[in-house]
Amino acid sequence: MDELKEVMITNDEIRTDEYLINMGPQHPSTHGVLRLLVQLEGEIVHNVQPHIGYIHSGIEKMAESLSYPQLGHLTDRMDYLSAIQNTEAVALCVENALQVEVPERVKYIRTIMAELSRLASHQLWWCVMGMDMGALTTFFYGLRDREDILDIFEETCGARLTLNYNIPGGVMFDIHPNFQRDVKAFIQKFKTKLPEYERLLSGNVIFTERTKGVAYLTKEDAIAWGVTGPTARASGFACDLRKHRPYSAYDKVQFKEILSDVGDTYTRYQVRMAEMWESISIIEQLIDNIPEGDHAVKMKGVVKLPEGEFYQRVETARGEFGVFIVSDGKKNPYRVKFRSPGFSNLFAINHIAKGWKIADLVAIMSTFDLVIPDIDR
Amino acid sequence: MKAIYNYIKEILQGIWTLLTGMRVTAKYFFTPWKHVTQQYPENRDTLKIADRFRGEVIMPHNENNEHKCTGCGICEINCPNGSIEIITKTLVNEEGKKKRAIDQHIYHLGMCTFCNLCIKACPTGAIVMGQRFEHAVWDRTLLTKVLNQPGSKIMEGVKE
Ligand code: SF4
Ligand code: SF4
Repeated sequence: MDELKEVMITNDEIRTDEYLINMGPQHPSTHGVLRLLVQLEGEIVHNVQPHIGYIHSGIEKMAESLSYPQLGHLTDRMDYLSAIQNTEAVALCVENALQVEVPERVKYIRTIMAELSRLASHQLWWCVMGMDMGALTTFFYGLRDREDILDIFEETCGARLTLNYNIPGGVMFDIHPNFQRDVKAFIQKFKTKLPEYERLLSGNVIFTERTKGVAYLTKEDAIAWGVTGPTARASGFACDLRKHRPYSAYDKVQFKEILSDVGDTYTRYQVRMAEMWESISIIEQLIDNIPEGDHAVKMKGVVKLPEGEFYQRVETARGEFGVFIVSDGKKNPYRVKFRSPGFSNLFAINHIAKGWKIADLVAIMSTFDLVIPDIDR
Repeated sequence: MKAIYNYIKEILQGIWTLLTGMRVTAKYFFTPWKHVTQQYPENRDTLKIADRFRGEVIMPHNENNEHKCTGCGICEINCPNGSIEIITKTLVNEEGKKKRAIDQHIYHLGMCTFCNLCIKACPTGAIVMGQRFEHAVWDRTLLTKVLNQPGSKIMEGVKE
């Protein structure tokens, strides 16, 4: 009960020297319509209470009236920066339920696409992180490099953001003839740009002063609050599903799980930067070895799942994304539940932001890499 | 003494990190011709959009104003948000046999999420994705389109 009280702020509990301030729903640093009710004493944060629901789209309810192939395109719109991984989770879940084995080629393509999308997401996170801290330049540099990935997506998947590329049974299109060439060219180019990112922001004295030693998240708290993804790995919680529950082609590649046990804002930044190098290495290992074969297995016109409950989780750029489908044997799911990483991560903010300044809160939100439709689905 | 030394060292190191960052930006500042972005509205003629880009659903017609749509309605069922409405009519041929044909293939561009499911499902390949992406109009009723052209009919030999 005390736990609950901690997050509920009411007017009678406010001391006379405290303010209650709304940060958002239209605040530039909340990256969407997230409202944080912040209890402040001067500049010092005493309590943060996230209020969500401003862009609730009822995706889980909507999913009950859709067929399984149609389900994927909705998950694109939740965490739009991890659209590939979200649809992959749905596709894997349906495939597991139907006991369909997809061709090796599909697994390789899915993995490469997922890592490209992770890179794009981390690039956007990096540039927005800089922008939140007042460095507008990073915004242009990050978006410039992200553009190359989006062009690759556009060529192969036919869209830039909401791709709907992974479908139950395979992928929507086979890779474009230029795909391998373009990806390799991008990797070559990006390898020279990533050190530039480090020079521009990582060492910058203003940036390090504002992030080093700020807002620690301990490993125990990370586990207790259900924090996943790079945010939790910065606190030492080994939770990379690509490593521990390999799916698609992740069991065929060598990569390090980036872990650190410091857990401050700067470490969360560093873990994501290091993850970009790992993603590059995964893509490099796979790109030349894509096996020949079909890009999809033939599925029935009407996909019906057997009666039962199915769960599949994948590692998106933000953490663990899970799809839970309850099927009653019809062509529509009986109930769908999405476990989104952003939702669990968000509610750890109150815990770690206490006692820090309001400017630090902006930095904390940036390192949590929030995507609001993912939280509020 | 040590404290003062450290203090000055920190300041100098701080300045150095700022200069490191500025060296990156300066490189771009002094070589702008290498990093020009697209001049979008002006470069419309040379703009290359990927062939697979999903801009809108279109129904290609050949020179005799014929299309491949049989009016089976599979695309309508597969569309997740009801962007497609199929209105069929019944044709009677010379032998007096009744045959279903498409009357209007109505496509609501404003509702479409460009998911490609209708195109994947169409058994005859009658609809494809067009690359046009400039869809802004003044009135949203203009976003409702009839894909089969007036007076068009089905191509010879296309079967359900
Ligand atoms: S477009 Fe294709 S799927 Fe749709 S009614 Fe015509 S033939 Fe059938
Ligand atoms: S692309 Fe998707 S949303 Fe658009 S008409 Fe086709 S099925 Fe419907």
